[in-house]
Amino acid sequence: MHASSSLAPPETITLTINGQARQMAVQPWVTLLDALREHLDLTGTKKGCDHGQCGACTVLVDGKRINSCLTLAVMRDGAEITTIEGLAGEDGALHPVQAAFVEHDAFQCGYCTPGQICSIVGMMNEGHARTDEDIRELMSGNLCRCGAYPNIMDAIRQTLRERGEKPASEKNATPIPAYHLAE
Amino acid sequence: MNSFTFARATEPAAAVRELAAHDGAQLVAGGTNLLDLMKENVARPPRLVDINRLPLAQIEERPDGGLRLGALATNADTAYHPAVQARYPLLARTILAGASPQLRNMATNGGNLLQRTRCYYFYDVGTPCNKREPGSGCPAIAGLNRMHAILGTSEQCIATYPGDMAVALAALEAVVQVQGPDGERSIPLGEFHRLPGDTPQFDNNLRPDELITAIDLPRRGFAKHHSYVKVRDRSSYAFALVSVAAGLEMEGGKITTARLALGGVAHKPWRDPEAEALLVGQAAGADAFRAAADHLLRDARGYRFNAFKIELARRAVVRALREASTA
Amino acid sequence: MTATQYVGKPVSRVDGRAKVTGAAKYAGEFNVPRLTYGVIVSSTVAKGRITRIDATAALALEGVIEVLTHENTPRLAWLDRSYQDQIAPNGSPFRPLHDDKVVYSGQPVALVVAENFELARYAASLVRVEYAPEPHQTNFDDAMAEAYEPPTGRAGYTPPPKPRGEADQAFADAKYQVSAQYATPTEHHNPMENYATTVAYGEEGKLTVYDKTQGAQNVQAYLASVFSMSSDDVRVISPFVGGGFGSGLRPVYNVFLAVLAARQLKRSVRVSLTRQQMFTFSHRSETRQEVRLGAARDGQLEAIIHEAFADTSTFEDFAEGIVNWSGLLHQCDNVRLEYRIAPMDVYTPADMRAPGATQGTFALECAVDELAHRLGMDPLEFRLKNYAERDQNLDKPFSSKELRECYRQGAERFGWSQRNLEPRSMRRGNRLIGWGMSTGAWEAMQDKAGAKATLHVDGRLIVGSATADIGTGTYTIMTQIAAETLGIPLERVEFQLGDSTLPFSPVEGGSWTAASVGTAVKEVCEALREKLFKLAGKIHDSPLGDATLEDVVFENGEVRLHRDSARGIALTEILRRSDMATLDEEVTAKPKMLEQSGYSRHSHQVTFVEVEVEEDIGMVRVTRVVDAVAGGRILNPKTARSQILGGVVWGISMALHEETLSDHAFGRFMNHNLAEYHIPVNKDIPEIDVIFVHEDDTIVNPLGAKGLGEIGLVGTAAAVANAVFHATGKRVRHLPVTLDKLL
Repeated sequence: MHASSSLAPPETITLTINGQARQMAVQPWVTLLDALREHLDLTGTKKGCDHGQCGACTVLVDGKRINSCLTLAVMRDGAEITTIEGLAGEDGALHPVQAAFVEHDAFQCGYCTPGQICSIVGMMNEGHARTDEDIRELMSGNLCRCGAYPNIMDAIRQTLRERGEKPASEKNATPIPAYHLAE
Repeated sequence: MNSFTFARATEPAAAVRELAAHDGAQLVAGGTNLLDLMKENVARPPRLVDINRLPLAQIEERPDGGLRLGALATNADTAYHPAVQARYPLLARTILAGASPQLRNMATNGGNLLQRTRCYYFYDVGTPCNKREPGSGCPAIAGLNRMHAILGTSEQCIATYPGDMAVALAALEAVVQVQGPDGERSIPLGEFHRLPGDTPQFDNNLRPDELITAIDLPRRGFAKHHSYVKVRDRSSYAFALVSVAAGLEMEGGKITTARLALGGVAHKPWRDPEAEALLVGQAAGADAFRAAADHLLRDARGYRFNAFKIELARRAVVRALREASTA
Repeated sequence: MTATQYVGKPVSRVDGRAKVTGAAKYAGEFNVPRLTYGVIVSSTVAKGRITRIDATAALALEGVIEVLTHENTPRLAWLDRSYQDQIAPNGSPFRPLHDDKVVYSGQPVALVVAENFELARYAASLVRVEYAPEPHQTNFDDAMAEAYEPPTGRAGYTPPPKPRGEADQAFADAKYQVSAQYATPTEHHNPMENYATTVAYGEEGKLTVYDKTQGAQNVQAYLASVFSMSSDDVRVISPFVGGGFGSGLRPVYNVFLAVLAARQLKRSVRVSLTRQQMFTFSHRSETRQEVRLGAARDGQLEAIIHEAFADTSTFEDFAEGIVNWSGLLHQCDNVRLEYRIAPMDVYTPADMRAPGATQGTFALECAVDELAHRLGMDPLEFRLKNYAERDQNLDKPFSSKELRECYRQGAERFGWSQRNLEPRSMRRGNRLIGWGMSTGAWEAMQDKAGAKATLHVDGRLIVGSATADIGTGTYTIMTQIAAETLGIPLERVEFQLGDSTLPFSPVEGGSWTAASVGTAVKEVCEALREKLFKLAGKIHDSPLGDATLEDVVFENGEVRLHRDSARGIALTEILRRSDMATLDEEVTAKPKMLEQSGYSRHSHQVTFVEVEVEEDIGMVRVTRVVDAVAGGRILNPKTARSQILGGVVWGISMALHEETLSDHAFGRFMNHNLAEYHIPVNKDIPEIDVIFVHEDDTIVNPLGAKGLGEIGLVGTAAAVANAVFHATGKRVRHLPVTLDKLL
């Protein structure tokens, strides 16, 4: 087996996190997620599976949502990273998605919540969500075990409305659809 | 995760040199599968070479009317690229049926081809696996094999290639461009992945010191008549039990060219030129579709929990062809 | 509590801001100085002995501090009793690193502690463990041969009622019969947060244990007893819990290992489980069930026979109420219910959201659907025909039961009357449409609980109880109850929980928290109200004069006369004028057993579900749900609705997705991750319509609330399966309903 001397030495990298440049020395085997949580005490980003299967660790890197558990901190040297801690205004005013989450009770235990919110911000940056069905598909990378999905949808619709983007909502459809009888 | 040294390459030749110089070194781009495997101790590379700074992220027109997808272009950038959307909607649709938006923002085209199987036993170092540890055995053959292969299996391995993108690439007859110590070469997509045979540890025919630089799409994109049917256990963010990429060219209700590739059923995207040939000259319709499906699945073999995939695949083929022909 | 300034209002969660900004700290997030990290090595065999553990390579790494195994673990408490927590089943609780015996696959066999997480993780991969395996049993179909009736005595477990009438004869004589076998698979709770413990090692070895748990005091008592520590030397704190669903009712082995390491090393330690390890400590029991129903031509139920088998471990007798519901849900005079458990080489099952009820109700309510179909009768009409006006299991009246109203309102909202009885009779394009329904019930329990309240002279009211908020909304509803009772603005009230030093609370589960802790909060605030009133009376020139407590109202931080609202005094003024910085009170609220014991106390629900099934490839999607609930008084419609939404999503998940697969050759769960253990994604979940019907209940507890954590789930899986039958004509009796079963 490897002797202790074979452990890779730390590298000095700079991550701009929530607008603030943070220089840090990390060993290559530190994921971005663990760098945030264990090295920088930014524990708002959650570890739900550590394998890209739940979305709880979603952060924005250079404006794009990614799973921070599947990237190494050293691979992100020089990147701009936005975490849940960086979304509210300097004055403490909640980001519209955060406010909508509180209003619509779009969470229960709260553990998937930072990832959901960052994912929604990323989805809005991407600009491909036009219908409820689009939103559901494009938010399917964030699991919620408490089952808050319907409320998450409500929070997203409200945020889009506030932004002047109105997703076609099936909520307005007739509650009881008409069916063709089988032949 | 083991300890590894870390290096960055800024030009392709340097990346290839790194691979040649360090036994067992691996390239990392998106990292979405490699880091996952490293955390499971399935992959234990002594050295990682970060290739994200190589200039391989472009999507460019090719002189023959095709399109070159840079190996480092992300799945998301590829799927939403205007040229891909307009000329290769089959590919766009297929990519978007895979993984999650976050993963597609990270995963690269080159890396996606190298995605390893989702076989439970491969992933669990507490069990034997011939792919992970040659000669240790294949518990999937007599074990939990609902997700496993029905075509091209061997006594050593019944794992599947789990990805989506390569299934569309197979139907599109894409070509993988690679660079090695001795220069560049091209590998047709159909020859890129391999069947497990007696050496299931090798997923594909890429050599250990080669770098994927691009994937070339030929001119023919089946923009008018295509479909990707993905059958899975939930509506999204799940691997395919069976998937079908279909591309047709039609004239006056008759099929003039047909391409069919299956995912989730074999160690590689599965194509059969004979099945495709059966469709040529036929009018689009259930009988012709079913005949092609039957032919495509003629050698399929089911195991204890996945025998359903044979009929499922036939139906998925029929559905994909129906959708493609009526699009 | 007739005034409803806060209670009954859709107040947004008081901890909402903390959760949406990332400020809420979960167990593995307390970054104390000089923290070390423990990573667990799990067994790869299901049964046998550890013959050798070689940690040389791990220990050779600089920064690796210790590798704890059964070989170097100090002698701890000896008796089983010392390891038995509040809700432990009968038996010998699992003791981590106790000896060389392996009793299930995934069992912790070593803990590697290092200066940082990555190093500990790497070192753990270098620990070599050799086993002498022994034959194991994880195949439930084979294990059932060893089934036995579980002993009674586990807290919260009620054995099946004695048979009533002549069920077997009545079944044999019945004109219409259904006899069918149902199966539900092993499931794992999989809350989003993995179990984790951070132990802060303090002066003189005092431990502050930040643990993910549904019962801080349960864990504290366990640790004190196992490690023979004085209660003052170990404090358990758990302010936020990233989901529990029953998995955190009992102490999980990570807390044992973290405390063990902290005491050995005299260092602070964090031990977090991986997602893979979330499949190594508790699960929903696997069941095999047979239901036989008999009915007359007019739909009158004449016989119910329900026999269930469920798994347990080899070391504990896990028991839950699976079949009892079949004697409760519908009127029937001939009923025989049986329940047995069979040991397997797995960890002990645990309560998992609506434990027992959801497995048993799935079988019963599918069988009811099958019977209604055989009768050519609408399944709603069938249930109304056999409506139970009285709990025949207990032979007692219900304290309240507005299920009939649930049926009425739910059916109307869903449009049930437009349903065609025939399966495969509705389609949309190439998709078959099916409508299904089911009912369910859950016990409305109240347990003893304590609370304390402190009013500060600056107007803040601090209320606390050692309960938990696992996403259920405990923080919020307790804040509402306190604000309401003392008439203090909501934002001036702070509710504290998840701390073993707070007044006694039972573990947070069983849907009893609102009733139990809520009553304590109400009572402590009432006591404080009385104290304040008395103090006010002693103030010179008191504006309340010689009024009695009945003459005054507490509102907006003041106490005022009913008849003359100009006459009043601020609560803070009472303290100031009495020269007091704070005023506090503590109570223990107990259920009124005598009053309650005359009644059967339950919440009820009905779920109506629409599914679409892709005819060719079998993919199922739930497209509409209406869930109507009679759950007593709704303390907060917003968080209450979320509880039901969650329950419904769990029901859909159980029906269509969840199944932990074991390879019996290894005795090992193989799909131990979130890619292959499927729970629904956003796209799987449609709009869900939740109806709370009005239900007054003065018996269940002083709040009239019945608890909502489980009830949304109970009948949902059956409703989905029934809808799939209606769509396809295929009856899937073995969950989950995956597409291969519909081809």
